[in-house]
Amino acid sequence: MDRRTFLKTTAALGAAGVASPRLAAPALAQGAKVLRFVPQANLANFDPIWGTQYVVRNAGALVWDMLYGVDSTLTPQRQMVESEEVTDNGLTWTFRLRDGLRFHDGEPVRAADVVPSLTRWMARDPIGGMIKAIQDELTAVDDRTFRWRLKKPFPKLLYALGKTNAPVAFIMPERIAKTDPFTQISEYVGSGPMRFRRDEWVPGARAAFETFKDYKPREEPSSWLAGGKRMLVDRVEWVIMPDTATASAALQNGEVDWWENPIADLVPLLRKNPNVVVDIADPLGNIGSFRMNHLYPPFDNPKIRQAVLVGMNQEDYMRALVGDDDSLWKPLPGFFTPGTALYSEAGGAMIGKGDIKTAQRLLKEAGYKGEKVVCIVAQDQPITKAEGDITADLLKQIGFEVDFVATDWGTTGTRRASKAPPSQGGWNMFHTWHTGADCINPAGYPAVRANGDKAWFGWPNLPAVEAGIAEWFDAADPAAEKAAIDKTNAAACEGAVYAPTGFFLGYQAWRKNVKGIVKGPLNFTWGVSKA
Amino acid sequence: MLGYIGRRVLATIPVMAVVGLFVFSLLYLSPGDPAAIIAGDQATPEDIERIRASLGLDRPFLVRFGEWAWRILHGDLGISIFTNLPVSTLIGQRVEPTVSLMLVTLVFAIVVAVPLGVLAAWKAGSLIDRLVMGLAVTGFSVPVFVVGYILAYVFALQLGWLPVQGYTPIAQGLWPWLANLILPSVTLGLVYIALIARVTRATMLDVLNQDYVRTARAKGLAQRHVLFVHALKNAAVPIVTVIGIGIALLIGGAVVTETVFAIPGLGRLTVDAILRRDYPVIQGVVLLFSFTYVAVNLAIDLLYTVLDPRIRY
Repeated sequence: MDRRTFLKTTAALGAAGVASPRLAAPALAQGAKVLRFVPQANLANFDPIWGTQYVVRNAGALVWDMLYGVDSTLTPQRQMVESEEVTDNGLTWTFRLRDGLRFHDGEPVRAADVVPSLTRWMARDPIGGMIKAIQDELTAVDDRTFRWRLKKPFPKLLYALGKTNAPVAFIMPERIAKTDPFTQISEYVGSGPMRFRRDEWVPGARAAFETFKDYKPREEPSSWLAGGKRMLVDRVEWVIMPDTATASAALQNGEVDWWENPIADLVPLLRKNPNVVVDIADPLGNIGSFRMNHLYPPFDNPKIRQAVLVGMNQEDYMRALVGDDDSLWKPLPGFFTPGTALYSEAGGAMIGKGDIKTAQRLLKEAGYKGEKVVCIVAQDQPITKAEGDITADLLKQIGFEVDFVATDWGTTGTRRASKAPPSQGGWNMFHTWHTGADCINPAGYPAVRANGDKAWFGWPNLPAVEAGIAEWFDAADPAAEKAAIDKTNAAACEGAVYAPTGFFLGYQAWRKNVKGIVKGPLNFTWGVSKA
Repeated sequence: MLGYIGRRVLATIPVMAVVGLFVFSLLYLSPGDPAAIIAGDQATPEDIERIRASLGLDRPFLVRFGEWAWRILHGDLGISIFTNLPVSTLIGQRVEPTVSLMLVTLVFAIVVAVPLGVLAAWKAGSLIDRLVMGLAVTGFSVPVFVVGYILAYVFALQLGWLPVQGYTPIAQGLWPWLANLILPSVTLGLVYIALIARVTRATMLDVLNQDYVRTARAKGLAQRHVLFVHALKNAAVPIVTVIGIGIALLIGGAVVTETVFAIPGLGRLTVDAILRRDYPVIQGVVLLFSFTYVAVNLAIDLLYTVLDPRIRY
C-alpha cells in the first residue's frame, strides 16, 4: 500500500464513521432537560407482553398507559378509565374511557384498542388467564365504552388491571395488540407519557424516550402507577451499564443522573460523595428463595423438605446477600411480603432458624437414602450465587449428598423447566428471588401456587395451599382475605412449597440535582425533575 | 501476486464454512434456551414451548442449519431473537465504536511498543532494557479490567480529565471521540504493547548482531539511522506478524474493555448475545470476527512483500 492509497482508505473509514447516525446524540432544543438513567438490565426487547422481564415492564410504563394503576397503598385507581359500573351479581363490568386519550401516532384511544390489548395480555398473564377462564364476552360497545361479561364474579378484576407485576395490562393500538401473544411486536406506539425513540435504540447500550406533548395526565397527584403522570423532563435516556463499578463511577462523575440498583458493596463509596443521594429503592423489597423439585427423591418426601426449611439459617443467606447492614433484611417465616396487609407468619415458627440438629433428625426419620441433590446455582447473578454457596454448605451440614452445578442464568432458565429425573438432565434444587411487589398476594405470584403440573418449577402438589388461594380470590373483604392468606401460608410452610431464604431490600442512587424520586417496585419517572 | 491474492480469498471460503458449521453446532449443543429467558419467571412450561416453536427452535438441527447457511449465502445474517432487529443492523450500530477502539489502540501500541523494543535491544542488558522488559511483563500480567478501573479512577474520578464511560461518534468532533477512547485504548493497549515490545527487542537483538549493521556503524552512520532505517526494516517481518496475530488479542480484550468503559461495541454485543442465547447474533458476530481475522492476516502476508523484497508469492 502506498501513501496515497493509505490516505484514501483512512478517509473512507472516517466517512463510514460519520455515516453512522445511531450512536450520534440527537440535536436537542436549547435548555432541554435530559435525565440519564442506568436501568437494572439491558432493554433487549420492547414487547411487555411477549417478554415479561422487569426492565421491559419499567420501560413499558413510560410508553403505554393502563386502564387502572395501583397506588402506593396497592389499591387500584382509575387511570385511562373515567368510570366503571358493575352489576349487582358482579358478572358484568362496563368501563368508559377518559375523553381525549391519544396514541403517539395521533390516533384516538378507542375501546376497540382495549379489547385486543386485554385479550393479548390475558394469554400471557397468570391472573389474566384466570379471568379468561371465566370470561363470557369482552366487547367494545362504542368508541369509549367496553363491556366485560364473566361467568362468575371476580373481585380482583381491577387489581389485575392495575397491578405492577409483569406482564402489565398495557393498552396498545388495535393493529399492534392483535399480534400473537407469543410473537414479538415490531411497532412501539403507546398512549403513555413518553414516546419511545426507536431510531435511537441501541439494544445493550441505550434507549431514549421523549415527552409526549399530547398526553393527558389525570388531575390527581401521582402515586406509583396511579394519578397524574406528569413528565418534568423533556427526555429520558437509559444508559445500559453491565458493570457496576463503571455505573458507580459514572454517577459520581455526573455522567448519569440516576442508578436503579447499586450493589450493597458500592453503597459506602457512593455515600461518601456529597453530590450523590442513596436510598432504599423499593420498600416492598425482595424475597430470596430456592425451590425443591417435588417430583423426585429426596424432595418428593415432605418430611425431607421440612428438614431443609428447619435447618436453613436465613441470617446466613441475608448476610451473604446484603452484608452487615441489618436495616436491609428481615427473617421471613412465611411467603408473603412483610409490611403489607396480607403478611402472615402462620405456621412458620420453625422456618429459617438454622436448627441443624432437628433437621438432621428429620432427615433420618424420613429415611433419606443418600440420593444426590442436584443443586443448580447461576454464578452470573450475585443473588443466586450467594444463595447457592450457603445452600451447599447447609445441605452438607444436614447430611445430604450434594451435586453442585455451577452454571449461568440462561442455563438455569432452561434446566429448571425440565421435568426429567435429576440424573437425566433434570434437577433437585435451583435458586432465585422474587420481588416483594409480586408476593403481596397470590394474584401475581405463581411461585406460591401448588397445583401440581400447572404449578411453577418444582411442581408442588399441595391441595391445602390451593384451597387457601381459591378462598383469597373469592374473598369479598379484607378480613376474609387475611384469613385465607393465613391458611395459605400455614399450608405452604407445612408442605414447603419452596424455601424462603429471607426478605431483603435494595438501594437506588441519584445525583443531588435530581428531585422527586419515589420508592417503589419500579422506577416511576413521572414527577422526577432535574435542576 | 494477483493469483496469490485470488487463491487466498478463495481459501477464505472453506475457512468461513468451517467456522460457520462449528459455531452453529456449538450453539446447538450448548445448554440454555432463549425461549426460557424470553418467557421470564412467570411463564409456564407450555408458554416456553410455544415461544420455542414460534422461534423455530423446535426443528431438527439440519433443517435449522440449512436455512441459516442458505440465508448467509444470500448475505442475510437473520433477525435477533430478542430485539427483533436484523443482525446486520445490530452489527452496523456497533462497528464504529469497536473499529475506533481497535484503531486507536493499534496506533497507540505500535507508536509506544516499537521504539521501546528498539531501545531495549540497543541497550540490551542495561537498566533501561530491564525496565522495558519489566513493563512488558507487567502489561502481560495485570488483567485488563484492573488496569481499566485504575485508569478510570485516576484520570476520570480524581483528575476529571476524561469521561468514565461511553462513546462519542467521530462525527461529533475529533476531541470528544478521542476523549472517550483514550482510557479504553491505553487499557487495551498495554497487553499489546508488552507483546510487540518483547518481539521487537528479540528480533532487533538478532539483527543488530548482523554484519551489515556493523558495516553501517563502521561507515559512521548515526545510531538513530542504523537502528530505525537499517535494522528495524529488516526486523519488521516478525514484528508485523505479531501485530497481525495480536488482532485476536485485541478482539478478545475489546470484550472486557467495552464492558468496563460501557462502550457500545461488538464485544458487548457478543457478551449480551451469549448470555441471552441470541443465536443469530452470536453466529453473525463470530463470523464477522473470523472474517476480520482472516482478512487481517491476508493483509499482513501481502505486507511482507513490501517490507522484504526477497519475498515473492
